Amino acid sequence: MSLLEIRNLDAFYGDFQALFGFDFDLDAHETVAAIGANGAGKTTLLRAITGMVEATSDVLSYRGDSIQFREAAEIVALGVAMVPEGRRLFPSLSVEENLIIGSYSGRPGSWSLERVYELFPALRNRRSVPGTALSGGEQQMTAIGRALMSNPDLILFDELSLGLAPVVVREIYEVLPVIKAEGTAMVVVEQDINRALEVADRVYCLQEGRLALTGAPGDLTRDRIAAAYFGT
Amino acid sequence: MIEWINSIIQGVLTGGLYALFAAGLAIIFGVMRLVNIAHGDLIVLAAFVAMVVIETTGVDPFVSMVAVLPFMFFFGYVLQRGILNYTLGDDLLPPLLVTFGISIVIQNLLLEIFSADSQRLKAGPIEVSSVQLVEGIELGILPLVVFVIAVVLIAGLQIGFSRTRLGRAFRATSDDPSTARLMGINQKHVFGLAMAVSLVLVAIAGIFIGIRTNFDPALGPTRLLFAFEAVIIGGLGSMWGTLAGGVILGVAQNIGAKIDPGWQFLAGHIAFLVILVLRPNGLFPRTRDD
Ligand SMILES: Nc1ncnc2c1ncn2[C@@H]1O[C@H](COP(=O)(O)OP(=O)(O)OP(=O)(O)O)[C@@H](O)[C@H]1O
Ligand SMILES: [Mg+2]
Repeated sequence: MSLLEIRNLDAFYGDFQALFGFDFDLDAHETVAAIGANGAGKTTLLRAITGMVEATSDVLSYRGDSIQFREAAEIVALGVAMVPEGRRLFPSLSVEENLIIGSYSGRPGSWSLERVYELFPALRNRRSVPGTALSGGEQQMTAIGRALMSNPDLILFDELSLGLAPVVVREIYEVLPVIKAEGTAMVVVEQDINRALEVADRVYCLQEGRLALTGAPGDLTRDRIAAAYFGT
Repeated sequence: MIEWINSIIQGVLTGGLYALFAAGLAIIFGVMRLVNIAHGDLIVLAAFVAMVVIETTGVDPFVSMVAVLPFMFFFGYVLQRGILNYTLGDDLLPPLLVTFGISIVIQNLLLEIFSADSQRLKAGPIEVSSVQLVEGIELGILPLVVFVIAVVLIAGLQIGFSRTRLGRAFRATSDDPSTARLMGINQKHVFGLAMAVSLVLVAIAGIFIGIRTNFDPALGPTRLLFAFEAVIIGGLGSMWGTLAGGVILGVAQNIGAKIDPGWQFLAGHIAFLVILVLRPNGLFPRTRDD
């Protein structure tokens, strides 16, 4: 079943157009990687899905319902969660409050504080410190936990590994299969192409706001990906 | 000596009222970065609304709160969602101009309807009753009651901010509005509720001010100034900061008045400036302002 369907998406920052006629599909339970060079439009794609950027499209639907003119808060309440670039924890909230606020829209589901602490035991002892007092890896864990707390059907991850030590990146990527096992669909935006290809069922490669290549990782050769990525 | 102590104690009590002015202003600025120039006029408006309620129903000013508080809550929500939300953005100027306009409109409407005459909300014997602490220090029951209510309200707000779902939404929105939206927080509604809560405080402050002193349609701007000074003194890190700010302002004004009656407000402004220079972010800064 198609969870997310996008046809002919244009996205804008004022006069600047960041996405051009973009098509995108995601099935329930599917994991898709979105890769591309800096400025290719990956973050903009995620923002368009969550209603955070000015965009027009022929179709922008989630579970068959149009979300084109919906407020971000409504889209989140429908079951879409974001782990934003740079984690974006709330500095005035403790780690635990950052997690709790993820459940603000009150969607029922299997995720709870207790389960997030089981997934990321490191957070349990740091539950009452401000989110900003954490290491980068712990911040990313909190941001993921915060997204899970909304019991989403779809999580959008923006730059999961950026700025993290390799051992931490490995730890973070180990939880993706756990989340997938819950039946949650995922879009993983990633600079680290190899990581992205490992977890993804399909890949979208963006180049200067356009779709350059898409397919299953096994069907795409390295050369084709490199060509789509760098535009050579 | 005892006279000075008396001045300080009276100042502390007045400070409770200032803290109430300030708390409403601080919430609005904290949650949505809106400097509400009409804040003082809304206090005066609330006093007039209470006056109308009291005159038409004959109830006591304290009882009039049953009607005035919900009215101001609703008024605040509608004002925010109907007008002020549209002025908020990256530019700080539009909300400033619009609330300035609202301030003028309120002043003129009140002047038109109620004239420039001074008014008073009559609360009966409580207005003049007092207890003697020691020889030379008498505490008015009314200022004492106002102070206690102010402290209780500020404690309640502090707990509300730190423990409740809405409080977390306020803080998250204040920290990072766009990420807060990604948590499913409806920003327009949260802003509406913040203004509604602010105007409930305004209503309480307006009724107390109406009982304690004379008021007229032109009183708003100085109340705004006191509120503003108390907020800056206290900082935006905690509701206790606004209480401290109000108390410091009240004490400074009373000590100034003790030295020379003409110095009352000047002393308050000086205390404000001194703290602004020494601690630009106030006594209780937000952690991220440091
Ligand atoms: N707020 C903004 N205002 C104006 N232009 C923007 C804004 N955000 C992004 N852009 C532009 O839109 C284009 C796409 O940006 P986007 O952030 O989506 O890229 P990205 O693929 O996520 O890049 P990165 O790998 O650096 O995160 C870029 O040219 C960028 O400069
Ligand atoms: Mg990006």
